[in-house]
Amino acid sequence: MPPASAPQLPAVIEVRDLHKKFKQVDAVNGISFDVHHGTTTALLGGNGAGKTTTLSMLLGILTPSSGSIRILGEDMLRHRYRVLPRINFTSPYVDLPKRLTVAENLRVYARLYGVPSPRERIGELSLDLDLGELLNRPYGNLSAGQRTRVSLGKALLNRPEVLLLDEPTASLDPDVGDRMRTLLEQYQKRSGCTMLLASHNMGEVERMCNDVIMLRAGIVVDRGSPQALLARYGRENMDDVFLDIARERNTPDHGVSADGHAEGIVS
Amino acid sequence: MAVGGSANRIRALIERHAYLLLKSWPRLVSMAYYPTVTMIMWAFVTVYLRPTSNFLADAPGLFIGAVLLWDILFRGQLGVSLTFFEEMYSRNLGNLFVSPLRAWELIVGQLVMSMLRTLIGVGAACVFAWLLFRYSIFSLGFPLIAFFVNLIICGWAIGLAVSGLVLRWGLGAEELAWAAVFLLAPVSGVYYPIRVLPDWLQVVAHGVPTSYVFEGMRAVLLEHTFRSDLFVQAMAINAVYMAAGIAFYLLAIGYARKHGMLMQMGE
Repeated sequence: MPPASAPQLPAVIEVRDLHKKFKQVDAVNGISFDVHHGTTTALLGGNGAGKTTTLSMLLGILTPSSGSIRILGEDMLRHRYRVLPRINFTSPYVDLPKRLTVAENLRVYARLYGVPSPRERIGELSLDLDLGELLNRPYGNLSAGQRTRVSLGKALLNRPEVLLLDEPTASLDPDVGDRMRTLLEQYQKRSGCTMLLASHNMGEVERMCNDVIMLRAGIVVDRGSPQALLARYGRENMDDVFLDIARERNTPDHGVSADGHAEGIVS
Repeated sequence: MAVGGSANRIRALIERHAYLLLKSWPRLVSMAYYPTVTMIMWAFVTVYLRPTSNFLADAPGLFIGAVLLWDILFRGQLGVSLTFFEEMYSRNLGNLFVSPLRAWELIVGQLVMSMLRTLIGVGAACVFAWLLFRYSIFSLGFPLIAFFVNLIICGWAIGLAVSGLVLRWGLGAEELAWAAVFLLAPVSGVYYPIRVLPDWLQVVAHGVPTSYVFEGMRAVLLEHTFRSDLFVQAMAINAVYMAAGIAFYLLAIGYARKHGMLMQMGE
């Protein structure tokens, strides 16, 4: 389990009082948090908790109703095109063109992100992600797990300083999932990349994340390192912590500060 | 640097669609098929009517030229719309809109692809017109350039508006891509002069740039004069159409960003 994030590290993602309302529904209702340089933070919550909505706003693909987002020191609402070349994202719910081969897709995205020496970069990624045999196959002919690997390749093309991951190992068998996590950890160690991931895989969260933000109905209901949350809820694994929070049972008495840090004592 | 980056991203979009076109012979054939078949049909109408028609005796290329020019408009519009639809079919919009690609670069990419598709589709029909009927579209002389520019700009404006409609209302509105341009056909005077229309419809026709183009074509073929006044009027109206098309498309993108539609759009 990685150590809790050190607050003295600079904040790479700064979210303040973020709201998103769809008609009468508050999908995200005034959340604030920081993600510090070189750390991995998990965004957890049940379906409809606001994870994907939050990630979408961070990516600039969804306009917030109010609030502010700063990434790498830039205001995402005003200067997102300064930030987008330096970050990347992957999600199993967004595809790449199916009739293009994997190599063609990666070449197109390398050019979109202005990757220098795309051929070399694609070569490196195909080794890291074991894409060699897939490069000349149409993306649409790949299995779900293979697509996830290719999407991760696309996300790493521009050597992002910030990586937003929506269920990065969904659809992968345990072996490949483990390799992907190792790859992400190695990439972070090499590059100092900051990662924010939404996941339903609690083992993945315990293994990779320094920090966890728990969302329910669009608000931050708890936050802390996996160790702190396990201790606070008196549980042995994050699955049980997740269920406690999602089902509003065994809830410790504490508050969450403006920057999303949990305060208070374990009950 | 910024200009180079934009050029690179536009090139990436063009490559993405070129990969798709070049590996799909049905797509290539379908681009040329309709213009060629329509041209052949109007060529035989000409063959049939020419012995009994003075104006066809004077200008045998009147119908064939008209149908080829009409297809510049139609292919130009389809080229813009279909380039956008391909991104929706493949659920790739999410990846595109979180990349550094700007909206205006997307538009330029769509316009370039439209130009290529038009040249392939109408070009093939022009070759068959020469091979089968010894009719050359180039017999229109330099005014052909003025007609081409006006028709393709009008097609682009409609194509962008249709892309905006589909972005706003989903692929259910896709049929508009095939039908939208035909709204203009009756008032464009493709095969007949505008003066045959009822007075109130002539007023409508004067608000449509294509009516000036086809009047201009008849002036070249029947009176052997290039009407620069018609060219200027068509360009002026096209400037308004294009500005409206771009504005509507950008508004639709803004709407989609506000309502979280970019991540979910797809088949």
